[in-house]
Amino acid sequence: MPKELWKGNEAIAEAAVRAGLEAYFGYPITPQTEILEYLSRRMPELGRAFVQAESELGAINMVYGAACTGVRVMSSSSSPGVSLMMEGISYIAGTEVPAVLVNVMRGGPGLGNIAPAQADYNQAVHGGGHGDYQPIVLAPASVQEAIDLMVLSFDLAEKYRSVCMMILDGCVGQMMEPAQMPEMRPVHRENWDWATNGKMGKRERRILSSIYIEPAEEEKMNLRLLNRWQTIQANEVRYKEYFLDDAEIVIVGFGTAGRVALSAVREARAEGIKVGLLRPVTVSPFPSEVIEQLAGRVDAFLVTEMNSGQMLEDVRLAVKGRVPVEFYGRLGGMVPFPDEILNEIHRMAKSKMAVNANPRDAWLARMATA
Amino acid sequence: MIPENAVCVRPEGFTETPTHYCPGCTHGVAHRLVAEVLQEMNVLDKTIGVAPVGCSVFAYNYFDTDFVEAPHGRAPAMATGIKRVLPDRIVFTYQGDGDLASIGMGEIVHAAARGENLTVIFVNNANFGMTGGQMAPTTLPGMKTTSSQNGRDVETQGYPIKMAEMLATLDGVGFCARRSLHDAKNIRLAKKAIRLAFETQARGLGFAMVELLSTCPTNWGMTPVNSLKFVEEHMVPAYPLGDYKISEAIKQIKI
Repeated sequence: MPKELWKGNEAIAEAAVRAGLEAYFGYPITPQTEILEYLSRRMPELGRAFVQAESELGAINMVYGAACTGVRVMSSSSSPGVSLMMEGISYIAGTEVPAVLVNVMRGGPGLGNIAPAQADYNQAVHGGGHGDYQPIVLAPASVQEAIDLMVLSFDLAEKYRSVCMMILDGCVGQMMEPAQMPEMRPVHRENWDWATNGKMGKRERRILSSIYIEPAEEEKMNLRLLNRWQTIQANEVRYKEYFLDDAEIVIVGFGTAGRVALSAVREARAEGIKVGLLRPVTVSPFPSEVIEQLAGRVDAFLVTEMNSGQMLEDVRLAVKGRVPVEFYGRLGGMVPFPDEILNEIHRMAKSKMAVNANPRDAWLARMATA
Repeated sequence: MIPENAVCVRPEGFTETPTHYCPGCTHGVAHRLVAEVLQEMNVLDKTIGVAPVGCSVFAYNYFDTDFVEAPHGRAPAMATGIKRVLPDRIVFTYQGDGDLASIGMGEIVHAAARGENLTVIFVNNANFGMTGGQMAPTTLPGMKTTSSQNGRDVETQGYPIKMAEMLATLDGVGFCARRSLHDAKNIRLAKKAIRLAFETQARGLGFAMVELLSTCPTNWGMTPVNSLKFVEEHMVPAYPLGDYKISEAIKQIKI
């Protein structure tokens, strides 16, 4: 396949189709609406299911129903809409059926705005819905990566009978970039031994439910999810490394914040500063191990996010206080410029924060004096 | 073995599960009618049921078909997801009045408006049964429940919602009727309506719903017999029985 110019949201939609998407249920919300719009034409063209639901509640429960039959199904939304979907996401997790979701994040809380943000990290990575479960969460930083991770999302969701959510900010969703589409995969219906698709004279009836009325049974189910999560943690961590070999300062950033940081890292390298970048691709499972290893040989970390320091806490957990972990964030739909991060690199090259200082307090203090 | 002189046997559509419903509750009657219809139409094998949240949350234990269990009120959305990817299957929801007429109002109205080829069995017993008899949108004016202890005051707690009449206004609906389960004659009429609701789906004629007026002796604080009388004397006048929408094609169906 040659490279073509694709808008992020439309690229995601086409990539899902090529990964064998059989049903899409969604609701309009900026900045993800192009996914819904694109699929309203593309899915019927291929004889596949498309419904514009009455709400995100409706959409996620349509996803839930279709997921119970074992087909590849997805929905997409943006921050406020994903909040509405949390009920259904918890039920899908509790029923152990595979489902794929896309959150093109915008500024919040509340109605917020429609500018790019990463403020739903905690909601996505640390659950969001009620009950004990862990979703797989992928965070692309370019249109090409969004395409590749969209295809991977379906494979991971099915492999682990799990919710797989791709979180990207409005930048990746709205931006156009040259990208290569995968080949069209034929729609393939697996003969899952759990799917409720009718007995059809071949088997005993099946029930799919998230009810475990006996607490002892629910505990067993919770432990089953936890064991599966350990397998996911052991096998599915993905991240990108840039200039880490001799790095003394390591920036950690995901999605657009990671990509902007890379520009700053390149400039700093040109100046001879030994700085590198770790960009988590799976933010859940989180690349804690590699961060822990880096903490043994680098001088400091700088976490950059388009939120108030949500992933920061996961980085601090991995670093375990061995070296300073500093923070630089933009909030509310603001996107950092590479210069802002370069300034932080310059500052850290001269003097680092004390290891026991609070990175968020220190960042706010710097902002106040700037 | 079923004895030759048996006059009442378990329908094939039922599993051998002891009921969890209270004595005198008409959920059991409604379940049986659905099971008989699915058996008579010979579609048990390709049926997928969607259970609600409420007293019938465990409906999936009784039917010998595939079943899923929906979040409260979301059964029509789940059923939509199933039916859209498996259009040749028979998909039905079984919902109470708290589930369908309160928290699930959005899902039911839009499933009907889209003309989803689904069958909805709607049990109206004028209260939230499972949580202990709270006021439902269907609770009659003046009726005492655990959350309307002075009787439902329409000035502050609103008026009962007539779902069958409301949904019948939508173009996507092929069949919409209300029946009652308070005596043998009405149970026969209810079964016929349930059959038509499944025939509507089997023929792709759009959304179908049967609202069934039902008893709740435990939460109403009545004997089973008095509950049946309450349905006849108070529920039926407030919720008139009849076909609120029946498309021409369905009128032609002879059962």
